[in-house]
Amino acid sequence: MSEFIIKNGHVFDPVQGIKGDKKDIAVKDGKIIESVSSGARVINAAGKTVMAGALEIHAHVAGPKVNAGRWYRPEDKHFDSHKKPGMTRIEGGKSIPTVFKTGYEYARMGFTFAMEAAMPPLYARHVHEEIHDTPIIDEAALPVFGNNWFILEYLKNHEVENTAAYIAWVLRQTKGYGIKCVNPGGTEAWAWGLNCLTIHDPVPYFEITPAEIIKGLIEANEYLGLPHSMHLHQNDLGNPGNYKTTIDSLKLAEGMTAKNNFGREQVLHSTHIQFHSYGGTNWGDFESKAKEVMDYVNKQKNLTIDTGNVTLDETTTMTADGPFEHHLHGLNHLKWFNVDVELETAAGIVPFIYDPSNAVFCSQWAVGLEIPLYAKDPMRCFITTDHPNAGPFTRYPRVYSWLMSKKVRDELLNGFKKAAKVIGATTLANIDREITLYELAAMTRAGPAKALGLMKDYGGLKAGMNADIAIYNINPDKFPSTGPEIEKAFANVAYLFKDGKICVEEGKVMDMGHKKTFWVDAKVKENKQVAHDVKEKFLRYYSINENNYSVPESYAPHQHIIAVDATQ
Amino acid sequence: MPKDVTDVICPFCGTLCDDLIVTVSDDNKTILGVKNACAIGAEKFNHQRLPGRVQRPRMRQADGSYKEITYDEAIDWTANLLVKSRKTLMYGWASTSCQAMSIGHEIAEKVGGIVDNCATVCHGSSLIAIEDVGVPSCTLGEVKNRADRVIFWGCNPAHAHPRHMSRYSIFPRGFFTVKGHKGRKIYCVDCRYTDTAKCADEFIQVQQGYDYELLNAFRTAVRGEALPDFVGGVPKEKIQAMADDLKSARFGIIFFGMGLTHTMGRNHNIDIAINLTRDMNDHTKFAIMAMRGHWNVTGSGQVLGWQYGFPYAVDLSRRDQARHQTGETTSVDLLNRNEVEACFYIATDPGAHFPVDAMISSSRKPTVTVDPHINCTTEISDIHIPVAMVGVEVGGCAYRMDNVPIETRKVVDPPEGMLTDEELLTKINTRVDELLAKGGA
Repeated sequence: MSEFIIKNGHVFDPVQGIKGDKKDIAVKDGKIIESVSSGARVINAAGKTVMAGALEIHAHVAGPKVNAGRWYRPEDKHFDSHKKPGMTRIEGGKSIPTVFKTGYEYARMGFTFAMEAAMPPLYARHVHEEIHDTPIIDEAALPVFGNNWFILEYLKNHEVENTAAYIAWVLRQTKGYGIKCVNPGGTEAWAWGLNCLTIHDPVPYFEITPAEIIKGLIEANEYLGLPHSMHLHQNDLGNPGNYKTTIDSLKLAEGMTAKNNFGREQVLHSTHIQFHSYGGTNWGDFESKAKEVMDYVNKQKNLTIDTGNVTLDETTTMTADGPFEHHLHGLNHLKWFNVDVELETAAGIVPFIYDPSNAVFCSQWAVGLEIPLYAKDPMRCFITTDHPNAGPFTRYPRVYSWLMSKKVRDELLNGFKKAAKVIGATTLANIDREITLYELAAMTRAGPAKALGLMKDYGGLKAGMNADIAIYNINPDKFPSTGPEIEKAFANVAYLFKDGKICVEEGKVMDMGHKKTFWVDAKVKENKQVAHDVKEKFLRYYSINENNYSVPESYAPHQHIIAVDATQ
Repeated sequence: MPKDVTDVICPFCGTLCDDLIVTVSDDNKTILGVKNACAIGAEKFNHQRLPGRVQRPRMRQADGSYKEITYDEAIDWTANLLVKSRKTLMYGWASTSCQAMSIGHEIAEKVGGIVDNCATVCHGSSLIAIEDVGVPSCTLGEVKNRADRVIFWGCNPAHAHPRHMSRYSIFPRGFFTVKGHKGRKIYCVDCRYTDTAKCADEFIQVQQGYDYELLNAFRTAVRGEALPDFVGGVPKEKIQAMADDLKSARFGIIFFGMGLTHTMGRNHNIDIAINLTRDMNDHTKFAIMAMRGHWNVTGSGQVLGWQYGFPYAVDLSRRDQARHQTGETTSVDLLNRNEVEACFYIATDPGAHFPVDAMISSSRKPTVTVDPHINCTTEISDIHIPVAMVGVEVGGCAYRMDNVPIETRKVVDPPEGMLTDEELLTKINTRVDELLAKGGA
């Protein structure tokens, strides 16, 4: 493999504490090293910004609901579906791009890893088929557990060891990465058309509460010592006044500490917290409670969050929170897609137009920006759009422009048709903070890498780490002053190195790289109870045989297996 | 010693049963017996050993007879055809693996083909309706575990999906349905008294062509509005009684088939059936599902979905953009308008399913058919390339009618030297690359 030396760039790397100093980065055999030979190809990065490849911690980019969103929305292809220069396949779709476009667009923005946020175990094969076809970026997927019958039955009696053994079994069967929990209990209730809106609502028949599920899953996660923490989409998403349930849920993690060998410190990752930080009692008196939520998050060192920034676009909402999508369909009356998955979960999809002339949507936009601006520790707060729920991931450059420039965001805020109402319902207008390039590197690189348990190889530019490097046409000494300029710079990397290869040059895709699928193989003590229960459930309740459940290795040709041992 | 292969997936219909036991000879060459399959499924496996199976590509001669050629010759001829033709219909895909489809799409993108699958003459109208109004659905296990009201509308699983009723919809006992059949009420709505109707607790005979009206009447009844005395030949008392009963369900499901998708109204029938289902969710839990036919037609829609964003009729002839427009990029319309220059058929039999005019148009074009067996289409093709049977002689991913992906299994070896779809398409793809590198054919 060839050698490279990236010279004279302004390096931003929270892993080494480098804040824009000019530093050369040497690359050889897919890794960053101390120095290279004189024959190394020189990349002149003078006047440019150099960061590690970015990591996406929560996006819906592969799997059954994502794909349903694609094909049942032919109109989504009308917005942006042209092949771009470079060695690419046909690209299609705006809010739910095809797999090819997904890989290219992440790479063009400087991303090298993406976590598919919700994999229904029964559909794991589908998720992996799409991951297989997504070029360049490394990926992994989180199976959903918060409404799984095994989990509900075990945790009802607080059987953490059985829960952990079952999770380990599912991770192996589905080639999954960790524990995702979506609307705990509420989605099972949805199978009867019901929901759980607080963490103390009992789940029909199973007689367990969301609080018990959340706590139990955190305990099982730490019992196993998985690289990532429990990843939670909370109850009562998107409703006025839900911030109380949000803080109640976060409190469940109090007193728990992370046990793992990956340097991860949090025990709970609360995702798209923007959707969970609302006050008021209805859409009329809807208001931001980002400050209250972030005050709590800032205090609790064992929590991480991602934002879920509303980008004010037409998009496609999709979640395993089935009852929420039904509720949303009742609000906007656009086409509703729903799938209930036997014994495991559900999913819903509804197109959504975040119309900037609507005060509620603009307030949601403001809440999304307040969250990172209130975050005291950028290593625990990550930027997402909960793609495609709050907006497409391709809008990250625009989100960065709002966060990095008060002028840019205030122009938009003050220009809203209902500006006075939005300013009254939120606190954004009073916030002067601008996120720096160094903080951005923490929020999009070092932070998510640490939270995912990948800090050994990802998120930094230290010798020995993966040579995943993004070089942007941004001179920190002359930081662009307008929104479009900032956006353009973050949307088209000057160079993207993936595993030491140039995959994108000046926004043009040059190489498909060598994408890897990550999954976690957790070793547990033999557990006869769980083995018995699995056999029983497949025999009696599943619609497929146990032997046809697992995802063969051929679906992940370049698999990267992270082994954990929970037998000690 | 013959051996049993268990957990075998049946590559026949969209039910995708995965509990077959196939007995195979010691040398892995012959299927000796099939257990658990329905009559159609068993026949699919038994076909494997039928004498007279075509084992090498055949090319049609001037006198109409066929001459055996090598795979290499067939591959070269096919690649040349694809590269020369400015617009090729690449139709079928419903009986092969998703992995093979993926390679086919790569070829289509290079040569400017139009990729279409059997939905185009089957559940395409359902897909159009879903594109318009969405769909509330579920997996088949949900039906087994929860459903206490089941409606079969314009479908006849007793014949088309024979094990559907025993595995998922009428008879099985599930977690919340311990009484099995006794705990469910089964309705059948059809214009004929079918064998499925015989299994139903209640048969509602709709006048042919009045499905839309009857579905509309159910929506009206569910909303408590007044009905005329008869709708589609069904008295209003019966409609009201059924609507009330459905509202009292804990979990209801509508299964529908060609009786809705290909009678008057087509996609509009599905549209209103979905809207009825949606309305029902204001009262209880309700779902609806298309009874997909070919065992992997659903898979073709999925792969096209994640690669191009459309479920069927995907026109790649512009090479830099995918297009999908029913009536414009759909196979039958393309053939009727004489709009394609060549045809590439794989893993299905348009000769048996397409309208006669479309096939007359097709027969005048250079045509390649890839299929394990002789069928109506192979007989009007210039080249017939036999391949291993997916799900019998080679594995690969397939999607069930509820979109659940299942990996099919190989149970016996294909005949000596026979290529699989994946191998064949890979070779064609390589040859296309060579020809394109040389600047075309």
